[in-house]
Amino acid sequence: MMEYLPQVLFIVLLTAGIGYFAINVKKLARNIQLGKAVVINDNKPQRWTNMFKIAFGQTKMVVRPVSGFLHFIVYVGFIIINIEVLEIIIDGIFGTHRIGLSVLPVGVYGFLIGTFEILAVLVLVAVIIFWIRRNVIKLKRFLSAEMTGWPKNDANIILYFEVVLMCLFLMMNATDTSFQNLNSGNVVSQFIAPLFNGVSETTLHTIERGAWWLHIAGILAFLNYLYFSKHLHILLAFPNTYYGKLIPKGQLLNNEAVTKEVKLMMDPSVDPFAAPAEGDAAAAVPDKFGASDVTDLTWVQLLNAYTCTECGRCTSECPANQTGKKLSPRKIMMDTRDRLEEVGKNIDANKGTFVPDGKQLLGDYITNEELWACTTCNACVEACPVSIDPLSIIMNMRQYLVMEQSAAPSDLNNMMGNIENNGAPWPFNQQDRLNWTNES
Amino acid sequence: MSNTIHVPTMASLFAEGKQPEVLFWVGCAGSFDDRAKKITKAFVKILNKANVSFAVLGTEESCTGDPAKRSGNEFLFQMQAVTNIEVLNAYDVKKIVTTCPHCFNTLKNEYPGLGGTYEVVHHTQFLKDLLDTGKITIEGGKFTGKRITFHDPCYLGRANNVYEAPRDLIRKLDAELVEMKSCKSRGLCCGAGGAQMFKEAEKGDKEVNIERTEQAIEVQPDIIAAGCPFCNTMMTDGVKGKEKENTIAVMDIAELIANADDL
Ligand code: SF4
Ligand code: SF4
Repeated sequence: MMEYLPQVLFIVLLTAGIGYFAINVKKLARNIQLGKAVVINDNKPQRWTNMFKIAFGQTKMVVRPVSGFLHFIVYVGFIIINIEVLEIIIDGIFGTHRIGLSVLPVGVYGFLIGTFEILAVLVLVAVIIFWIRRNVIKLKRFLSAEMTGWPKNDANIILYFEVVLMCLFLMMNATDTSFQNLNSGNVVSQFIAPLFNGVSETTLHTIERGAWWLHIAGILAFLNYLYFSKHLHILLAFPNTYYGKLIPKGQLLNNEAVTKEVKLMMDPSVDPFAAPAEGDAAAAVPDKFGASDVTDLTWVQLLNAYTCTECGRCTSECPANQTGKKLSPRKIMMDTRDRLEEVGKNIDANKGTFVPDGKQLLGDYITNEELWACTTCNACVEACPVSIDPLSIIMNMRQYLVMEQSAAPSDLNNMMGNIENNGAPWPFNQQDRLNWTNES
Repeated sequence: MSNTIHVPTMASLFAEGKQPEVLFWVGCAGSFDDRAKKITKAFVKILNKANVSFAVLGTEESCTGDPAKRSGNEFLFQMQAVTNIEVLNAYDVKKIVTTCPHCFNTLKNEYPGLGGTYEVVHHTQFLKDLLDTGKITIEGGKFTGKRITFHDPCYLGRANNVYEAPRDLIRKLDAELVEMKSCKSRGLCCGAGGAQMFKEAEKGDKEVNIERTEQAIEVQPDIIAAGCPFCNTMMTDGVKGKEKENTIAVMDIAELIANADDL
């Protein structure tokens, strides 16, 4: 009976790890669906291509070659080394040892493990450089106001995680006597093995088992850490690039509820008092124009927020931010996620319904000053490696400020007054529009 | 320099039962701003020289609504759009050219959803086309050896992926095209977009146009070429702010071409 204990323990650990992850995924999906419904089912081939290129192929990362290259190593390493996890899981459940060896020729198995070992070293190097960039060189991109506290720790924690996981993997191989004796695939671990010369067979085996258990436990911990981290992008980059904006970046969607109202105002034949046609949902005036809280945004915008890697490429390209304004598109995304989490927790604490907490995204997280500093230049949208659109959130919130609160800066109110009265943003008469033809 | 320009209006052509091939959407800046009016005239001179059949709306033109929309006033934007679309559709307009990337973007991308679908081109694309079809030729002579850098307007470049038409035209001038460190899809904004043109900037440590002008000065140009009346204003102010107005000129692509031809 005792001999099955490790297997039972393993299955319990695995179930708990995956189970807890599933609970968080459910919560994530629920939170994203708090956003407004929009149907996106156009241009499927283009969307798949984008996902393949941008998320899988990392095409946006190479714009910055150094970090792009390092990130590529960690990314490829992460995916490929995970094949090893498959073996660990099978071994753990069935009590086998290196099941791969009984299904693959030694040469092939050795080639695979050898590749993993080399990748593990490359990942280690890349991760260390990443750490230095953040903590020693202190790149400006990682130092903005929004990158203190948890976001800063989160970024480092994940790097330590990677270091520990890679070391455990190499250690596990180095202390596996039978694997070392094969002398196939131990390209890196053969140099670590001599460190254990003179250690008794039993101790060696204990170390090997210890590394093995910690490795898989670490991976499960990592999986469950994702939900609380910017590293959710590992998963969400795929759907997010699929649902990314396909129309020209300059095109801002026309607000359909406004269109209805405008048509009513402009068309004398429409009876403004007529009851809206049955099932004509858009005919109903929405409770609010624009967005003041996360639930006024669409689910795609909320997915954007969870996908944000906090890399700051957007902010470092932002003209407002570069010239010292408070606006940071990265902060817009982080605020949206933080507020969404807050709303989600509120719902959890109140048996599934949101109890007003007197807070909202506008004002409590994002200030008017930030919103008005945007030039709508789309540099942030262009820079984002995972197809996030911070500008759309800024625009929706400006709409709320102007259409619900009439809270535009007075200069803008003057400008809009001019457009309304004389069809130009300046106080010139429409009748003078041709004067330039007669001026020398 | 010939100063006579010929600018037919849609209304006058309509009265004669004629329909021009293309409508020139002048825009508010192009109609009212002193600096931008020069761009408008330069473009018209080229159109006249190439015998392009065009017309303007004149007093029937109104703001596209772009600054209202970017300020968040969707109501005002759509009111403007619907009014303009009524006029455009009444004249059965098929093709529009505009010297303003903001008008270009709005007419091209945001009007179709409100019932106004036209073929919309920016004047740099239009000029490139005139050149390719042999309707205009560009004499390089005047600009030989001059260093010209092109400032990408956000609403032409990133917003609509037009990067090459203006550059192709500059190359035809036999000038040396030099690129700033942020150019094309990574071009830095001039600071005017999103209705910033009409308000004070938020508190910061610098104006955006100064930052951009510094980037331009770094490549030591004789001319900063622009393709947008608002960028033009911002860069002109920036150059003045840096006291370089005697050595660096800010010019629209249309002006460069008109000048090259002594129009
Ligand atoms: S669109 Fe706005 S937030 Fe984005 S980079 Fe430009 S100014 Fe910054
Ligand atoms: S929005 Fe995109 S570019 Fe900006 S921090 Fe997030 S992932 Fe990076």
